[in-house]
Amino acid sequence: MQSKLGLDFKRVEHARGVAGKIAADVQGFVEGYTTVAVERTLCRLAGIDGVDESQVPLPNVVVDFIKERGVLGEGVLFHIGNAMVATGLSPQVIAEKLSAGQLDITRLPLAPADKINEAVMKIAAESIKIIKSRRERREEYLKTLGEGKRPYLYVIVATGNIYEDVIQAEAAARQGADIIAVIRTTGQSLLDYVPFGATTEGFGGTYATQENFRIMRSALDKTGEELGRYIRLCNYCSGLCMPEIAVMGALEGLDVMLNDALYGILFRDINMQRTMVDQFFSRVINGFAGVIINTGEDNYLTTADAFEEAHTVLASDLINEQLALLAGLPQQQMGLGHAFEMDPDLENGFIYELAQAQMTREIFPDAPLKYMPPTKFMTGNIFKGHIQDALFNMVGIWTGQGIQLLGMPTEAIHTPFMSDRYLSIENAKYIFSNMRSIGEEMEFREGGIARSRAAEVLNKSIETLEKIEKEGLFSALEKGMFGDVKRPRNGGKGLDGVAPKGGNYMNPFINLMLGGK
Amino acid sequence: MSGGLYSMQSKDFDKTLDLTSVKPYGDTMNDGKIQLSFTLPVPAGDEAIEAAKQLIKKMGLDNPQVVFYKELMPGFTFFNCYGSCTHTVDYSTIYVPKVESGVMDMHETDTFIREQIGRKLVIVGASTGTDAHTVGIDAIMNMKGYAGHYGLERYEMIEAFNLGSQVPNDEFIARAIELKADALLVSQTVTQKDVHIKNLVELVELLEAEGLRDKMILVCGGPRLSHELAKELGYDAGFGMNSYADDVASYIAQEFAKRASIK
Repeated sequence: MQSKLGLDFKRVEHARGVAGKIAADVQGFVEGYTTVAVERTLCRLAGIDGVDESQVPLPNVVVDFIKERGVLGEGVLFHIGNAMVATGLSPQVIAEKLSAGQLDITRLPLAPADKINEAVMKIAAESIKIIKSRRERREEYLKTLGEGKRPYLYVIVATGNIYEDVIQAEAAARQGADIIAVIRTTGQSLLDYVPFGATTEGFGGTYATQENFRIMRSALDKTGEELGRYIRLCNYCSGLCMPEIAVMGALEGLDVMLNDALYGILFRDINMQRTMVDQFFSRVINGFAGVIINTGEDNYLTTADAFEEAHTVLASDLINEQLALLAGLPQQQMGLGHAFEMDPDLENGFIYELAQAQMTREIFPDAPLKYMPPTKFMTGNIFKGHIQDALFNMVGIWTGQGIQLLGMPTEAIHTPFMSDRYLSIENAKYIFSNMRSIGEEMEFREGGIARSRAAEVLNKSIETLEKIEKEGLFSALEKGMFGDVKRPRNGGKGLDGVAPKGGNYMNPFINLMLGGK
Repeated sequence: MSGGLYSMQSKDFDKTLDLTSVKPYGDTMNDGKIQLSFTLPVPAGDEAIEAAKQLIKKMGLDNPQVVFYKELMPGFTFFNCYGSCTHTVDYSTIYVPKVESGVMDMHETDTFIREQIGRKLVIVGASTGTDAHTVGIDAIMNMKGYAGHYGLERYEMIEAFNLGSQVPNDEFIARAIELKADALLVSQTVTQKDVHIKNLVELVELLEAEGLRDKMILVCGGPRLSHELAKELGYDAGFGMNSYADDVASYIAQEFAKRASIK
């Protein structure tokens, strides 16, 4: 490909190579461990669902049970498979009996390994089938209904009440939104379980539950059919339940998932070992389910300066790309994150933003890049904010971004009103149509601001990647190389849910999902 | 619908400014002009426009004009409107409680602490409770600061500890004791359903229960907070929109010096 910015693609390939080594080093660690979240995910894939009388989800009941008995490292499928052979019961009934104190799955006579394996593979095949049919259902919709042009218009709903969210989402879809993201309630990322059932109370967002996924998916399908355009649904598998929410999304036909361990480490203080292990399995699931992941690099620029730290975003995008490839997630499903977050007082800021967005586009030509709107310098002046969002939209269409997270004029004031979303969608539609082919018409002057800026950011991110490679990613995170945030390897939330894999450990889904396409 | 445009109608009202009865200003003193936008849960149409006009009248605005409307989805209509406010306020008698210390810049504050207090002040900050937003506390505390105002970490005479977001109140207090904090900064960004009020009150109650409330200067901040609200909730000071590290640092330095002189 001819670079419009005069990028040196040999340097880009070098950067990719370094990022690949960083990712391989992390993967070496990941493969030796499991976590409570991974095991709960396997419970769900085995068909275990529901809650006990104190509203504790059964996957938590089962996984806490084996953890308390010191055999988390042997994994839940080994114990459930063995119990299936011993009792002839389904995983759901086994979980219910365990919850009622009628069955100890760690103290049953041990069946031969091939019998356990056979039992596990049988239930695995069933959930694989459901996820596959969900994926095919989406592909069928895209074929028959079609979809909006890229950049997809992405808006959030965040009322706290799933039924109210449905009304907001329907309005947004009718106005032209392509992706509806249901923001989670503040604090959910730190829950070590996924709440159950439909929910109507939340702060700054709505609980991610499987039932809420189902309610919104079916509403969007209905609206999409009427509009003749498939509407994608986005949620968040980040935090302490990454793979668990990934599997719920896969089962309910979600299309886009925030999915970034680095984000959880830096901005939610989640333990890095825990979340890297969780991330791998969650990305395997998202990859298999055909879900586009979104990464959270844009957030670095809310704590660090967007002009000075732009190279950390590119470095992290490159690492995230390599980690995703290791999990079998193709480039076409990588919504790598970046953002329009420079101080509006910066002279020529638009040109710098344009250069960076074009650079990101050229370095990841197949990825549906996720481009984030201004948030840090939104002031409550809704009139100026609307113009900041317009400039952001111009960069988005000019550089061919994949997913445009629409900025709201009322950013920094409240979660969007129905009318805020309307104004934002109208803004984007106007600019995207009016400037549709601007990127093909315009070139960047040799030796000009944009070309120099892109080269500078690329060079600095290569320096950063080389430093991280020498340190290892974990140690780089301890030193605060991303977003100016430092996190200790053994600190943060969720470390006690990590265990080295034992001799009987089994997770056939990795192979089934990586090879099953 | 924008029939009021280029209006030649005479303006027969008193056009002198009277601070005892102030009303909004469009382009002529006392014209009372207000722009507003809102959504009504009704389908678009003449009835919707009439409903919007009646509502505007009930808000105390004369000559209501709907200049734009659009049905956002069946049953919801958005309006942009204008009207002339009939109400006035007496500006001359307004009293608003404020943080009463003067604002010094970073160097002045450092010098003040060095000369008046003679040791570094320890300030511990966090976004507490379930609030995941670090933007507020970072703007005040991070080295770089915000909008050209350096953050507390850059002050020579301040030891600043930013604990980040989602810090539970009890953990916040435990860290404050461990670090021997002179002042605590609490940032609250999420305000839906008044979650910030509950959280702010809980911190005060916990501090009182531990007998620590008088031992530290307690400050809160956030886009929806004011000094008045902060005082009401049991805080020493509150900082709302358009406050920077300078405001917070100079308040804490002066308040600390004042308390030391009383002891």
